[in-house]
Amino acid sequence: MEQHSAIKTPNFLPIKMIAVLVIIVSVITGMASASKDHNGFTENDTSEAIKNDSIKSVKAFMQVYTVLMSPRCMNCHPSGDVPLQGDDSHLHTMSPQRGKDGKGVTAMKCANCHQATNTPGLHTPPGHPNWHLPPADMKMVFQGRTPHQLAKQLIDPEQNGHKSKEQLIAHATDALVLAAWNPGEGRSLPPMSHEAFAKAWVTWIKNGAYAPSPK
Amino acid sequence: MISLNINQKAYQVDADPDMPLLWVIRDIIGLTGTKYGCGVAQCGACVVHLNGEAVRSCVTRVSRAEGQKVVTIEGLSEKNNHPLQLAWQEIDVPQCGYCHSGQIMSAAVLLRENPNPSDQDIDDAMGGNICRCGTYLRIRKGIHMAAEMQRAGSKKE
Repeated sequence: MEQHSAIKTPNFLPIKMIAVLVIIVSVITGMASASKDHNGFTENDTSEAIKNDSIKSVKAFMQVYTVLMSPRCMNCHPSGDVPLQGDDSHLHTMSPQRGKDGKGVTAMKCANCHQATNTPGLHTPPGHPNWHLPPADMKMVFQGRTPHQLAKQLIDPEQNGHKSKEQLIAHATDALVLAAWNPGEGRSLPPMSHEAFAKAWVTWIKNGAYAPSPK
Repeated sequence: MISLNINQKAYQVDADPDMPLLWVIRDIIGLTGTKYGCGVAQCGACVVHLNGEAVRSCVTRVSRAEGQKVVTIEGLSEKNNHPLQLAWQEIDVPQCGYCHSGQIMSAAVLLRENPNPSDQDIDDAMGGNICRCGTYLRIRKGIHMAAEMQRAGSKKE
């Protein structure tokens, strides 16, 4: 009998152990999720995250946010269909309209005034070969967005121009993004260098692209 | 030398590539229908067509127009008979007239892209053309009339 039971025992033990392990792992995972929520962070996407450091990610995004909400970035990401203008982000004089492709309408297209390079002189039109707003079907609004809302929006391919995280990282050095640091005479620069911005941008994304707490 | 095509005529001009197109059109070529207003793309008096777009020639470097097709008010129609020119005469739209070559050139792009514009479409297209005499209501009326003429003309063809 002893031998028989000694033979049986090994058959039951692994099943019990596996069941216990599954329960332990589930509890730990659940605790980890709950802990994340208690920290006040909302994870956007875990599937592609290189590292998940919510503290580092959110801290970097708050730097990114100050740049994106500066006039040099926000003025072309308005909540309406008229771009903003100036360091006080007033509605662009002449009320140019976004148009379907973001490049204006009929006699009021962006490139009619905005040349390939900055026009010399105070408050003359700044320039870039591809000057435009986001298109009508992908407005990518910055104006009025909270840090939480903007972070969620930026990482959502349905709202960011169908960009993956890799494409978002590459976008930090997009020529039109860089134009913010060459704004023409009479316009303020974003609150940090492009190098510092790009570093914060990449840090935000590579650490999980977490959104700051909505509260 | 810079090669230009203005009103379907070829020109070779000796100018700095950064010279505003307006300077070349008025001072070198001698076509003075296009006016200088503000010089900083704020008023629309200097609008000409560059490959069909209503660009402001005061901030457009001549190098941008090299090898491209430029049309000024003088070249808008063969006999000053563009529907807008006819409507402008019919209603007597201008007061002092200084801004009106720019007004008509902007309106021509509007009518090409939108043959039946609403008041809002007109406002959206013409918001960058300032008239110090305040002839805006007649401009709007003139554009509507020209649109009708254009539609009637295209029906006949």
